[in-house]
Amino acid sequence: MIGIVDYGMGNLYSVSKALERLNTPYVLTEDVEKLAATDGLILPGVGSFNDAMTILREKNLDDMLKQAVKDGKPLLGICLGMQLLFSESEENGFTKGLDFLPGKVRRFSGQTRAGIRYKVPHMGWNLLQYRQPAHPLLEDTAEGHVYFVHSYVVHVDTAEVVVATADYDGDVPAVVGRNHVFGTQFHPEKSSNLGMQMLNNYVAYVKERQVQMSDSL
Amino acid sequence: MLTKRLVPCLDVQEGRVVKGVQFVELRDAGDPVELADYYDREGADELVFLDISASHEGRKTMVDVVREVAGTLAIPFTVGGGINSVADMRQILRAGADKVSLNTAAVKDPALISEGSDFFGSQCIVVAIDAKWDEALQSWRVYTHGGRRETDLEVTDWAEEVVQRGAGEILLTSMDQDGAKTGYDLALTRAVNAAVSVPVIASGGAGSLQDFADVFLEAGADAALAASVFHYKETAVSEVKEELRKQGVNVR
Repeated sequence: MIGIVDYGMGNLYSVSKALERLNTPYVLTEDVEKLAATDGLILPGVGSFNDAMTILREKNLDDMLKQAVKDGKPLLGICLGMQLLFSESEENGFTKGLDFLPGKVRRFSGQTRAGIRYKVPHMGWNLLQYRQPAHPLLEDTAEGHVYFVHSYVVHVDTAEVVVATADYDGDVPAVVGRNHVFGTQFHPEKSSNLGMQMLNNYVAYVKERQVQMSDSL
Repeated sequence: MLTKRLVPCLDVQEGRVVKGVQFVELRDAGDPVELADYYDREGADELVFLDISASHEGRKTMVDVVREVAGTLAIPFTVGGGINSVADMRQILRAGADKVSLNTAAVKDPALISEGSDFFGSQCIVVAIDAKWDEALQSWRVYTHGGRRETDLEVTDWAEEVVQRGAGEILLTSMDQDGAKTGYDLALTRAVNAAVSVPVIASGGAGSLQDFADVFLEAGADAALAASVFHYKETAVSEVKEELRKQGVNVR
């Protein structure tokens, strides 16, 4: 069972529909106990980092997520949900994130070093370049295009967490991960076959891990 | 590198696609879900659904259409037409649309753009601008009510304003070129593109493969929208992409 964290931010419906297409049972809820009872979590979200962290704290979902990660439960953050996995964001001054992965979230400057203007948000289909091709999320996939919509970008403290990148005024971390914590900056649920395969890979990872964890008990 | 997008547009009336695809064996050529699926397989990068229903019932039906499309489609889609309030936006976005497009409502009440953008994020607020050249004023003017009413707004000024108010994308339609099939309005697209920092979707005038190449290469559009050339298969999405690739345009 996958738990989709419903904290009122963004298009949760398309994520849940994507899981239905994959015949994966899920719960979509803000209830801490119900989420804690699942085998793996998805943290979606679009909008403001600051608003998102405020709501997560108000609903005690930040503590639930921290405990889940500590217990070894898989977590996938999507779009803003991926950015929330990092240490902090400069949006609206400074906001502390969930801090599962080391890095900071900053706005795209809108201008290259050479002074050439570029569009913000980074919106549309961009090509993935795999940095860790053996990563479980990339299994049975080839580098292809996925759909991005974001104005802020993660600056990682260590390249070790970068699984795949896309080029938009430099390397944009597009898939990140460390141990059982994953994130995609793009929307897999909107990225046609490639995105659906990655969601499928996450679901498979959750199932596999569940077997391993019950074996070790 | 970010690719240029091709965006078929479907008109929906009372829950049915009108002027829909004419050339393939579809079980039901008026079924929005089936058409959306067809365009996804064809390689469309996004879809726009324009609700042209006049009735209240039609509007309600649109919400069901959005929910059904969102249940099967794995590419983004925008819904426009008849969205007049934050409540309308919420209803359509909750039903699973990725973006909503505002046109007349944004001109009537520009605060709606910022309200929507603050609430849902600017990435899901598209402002559609219908533009027509005014020979006497030597500038493009903004039209509303489906192109029936002229406003006193100049197009590039309005484009700058909507972006400042939080629009995440501009859907720019040339009324001069719309339906003519002699190419996009390159000068208009170039002017708006230079004025704003957000992506611009060019619309109106697509007729040939070269028209698509021109709007990307000559006018710098981020996306190109078309309706009839795709529906009547004068040009298929896949065919346009192949031509674009040949001419060095980066596409998916």
